[in-house]
Amino acid sequence: MDLIRQQMAIVIPALNAGFLQTMRLFFVTLLGAIPLGLLIAMGSMSKIKPLQMLVKIVVWIVRGSPLMIQLLIIYYFPGLVWKTPIWGGGEGGRFLAASVAFIFNYACYFSEIYRGGIQSIPVGQEEAGLVLGMTKRQIFFKVKLLQMIKAIVPPMSNEIITLVKDTSLSRIIALQEIIWAGQAFMKGSQGISGAIWPLFFTAVYYLACNGILTVLLGRLEKKLSYFK
Amino acid sequence: MAAILEVEHIRKSFGNTEILKDISFSMDKGSTLSIIGSSGSGKTTLLRCLNFLETPDEGIIRVHGELIFNAQDHASRSEAEIRKRRLHFGLVFQSFNLFPQYTALQNVMLAEELLARERADYKERRKELHAEIENHAKALLAQMGLSDREGNYPHQLSGGQCQRVAIARALALNPDILCFDEPTSALDPELTGEVLKVIRELAMRNTTMIIVTHEMAFARDVADTVIFMDDGRICEQGNPAEVFNNPKELRTQQFLARYREG
Repeated sequence: MDLIRQQMAIVIPALNAGFLQTMRLFFVTLLGAIPLGLLIAMGSMSKIKPLQMLVKIVVWIVRGSPLMIQLLIIYYFPGLVWKTPIWGGGEGGRFLAASVAFIFNYACYFSEIYRGGIQSIPVGQEEAGLVLGMTKRQIFFKVKLLQMIKAIVPPMSNEIITLVKDTSLSRIIALQEIIWAGQAFMKGSQGISGAIWPLFFTAVYYLACNGILTVLLGRLEKKLSYFK
Repeated sequence: MAAILEVEHIRKSFGNTEILKDISFSMDKGSTLSIIGSSGSGKTTLLRCLNFLETPDEGIIRVHGELIFNAQDHASRSEAEIRKRRLHFGLVFQSFNLFPQYTALQNVMLAEELLARERADYKERRKELHAEIENHAKALLAQMGLSDREGNYPHQLSGGQCQRVAIARALALNPDILCFDEPTSALDPELTGEVLKVIRELAMRNTTMIIVTHEMAFARDVADTVIFMDDGRICEQGNPAEVFNNPKELRTQQFLARYREG
């Protein structure tokens, strides 16, 4: 225990730095995937059949294969096959590649949630708006949007909490997030080697983060429970 | 009296199935028309055509003598045109279709508020207009016997109360003709009465109404004219006493006999 107490002074700042990178990837993914998901959802509901088919196939591939493989392909493929490493070297390049992989992957999941939310609204809502002389735009913003948000909050909460944990997959391309930071002390870093507890300790960060998110998302859900 | 509504030769098919086969009728201002007939006879589709939820394939619709729809004229079928013209009609749905995130009062006010925004003087008179619309909506809810329910959300109301809010909502825009699509079919029998009562009161006030219903006693009571539809056609029409007591057509006789037995 004494040893761990000594190591803490070195380990905690390193884990904090890793967690900062984890959080960066988390927020960038949300920021990108939430709007991109809407675009994909519209594509998958498009009246243009070939577009609809194409989008559905892409969504199937992205949802049907491991995110870890997608990360590896997106990061290494351009350099290995096209001989043009588009991501650039270093941590910045890895972060860019990881962001692209995560945004695209999560946008596909979100798109299916949005689609479910949009389709869960009874057609009578639109018809009621139409006979009251509303425009399609007014019907979307004044009638459907809030009902849609209410419908998607619980499944989105699940995905968001999964995303916090999934960021750890970016370890596979050596992004310096919290798992990478913890593992460093096994191999040896800043005079500490063979220590496995920092890696175990990373779980505390994920738990704390998801605890906060659970409370916040739960509040949002409760706020929307005034109607059915 | 001049006809408020004239419908001429309306036809509507879905795929290869012709649902409405050459429907023509007219009605006078302040009168009540009941449409009866078995399920699938085209009653609901006819109402939906009048409210432009379906576009007739053929035919003409006039309100106050003004041509508001002509299937031949594609300009009259554009979305903006339809939006203006459908305000001649109001529609009360079988399943209410209230907006769940709004209170009873907000449900009644919403459409009128959105329309007010299109007025040139909206910016200067915003508060005043809002107050006018709110008073109008409150008066309508009072007329429906729902003054104490203004602040309730639809899920806090009974089916009968929901339907009365929906009627107030449809009345808010002062439609020339108010249509009801089986307004009591989704209600428990004990809640049917309260909805029929407010429709009766509307008839007393000479609201022009078209009511599609399976409530035969009510149709007979409230209507000035009854139309019996069968297989997409108007099979028989006339004053209620005539149609119900001495139906001329065999199909009408059969239909009414089944109701008496049931």
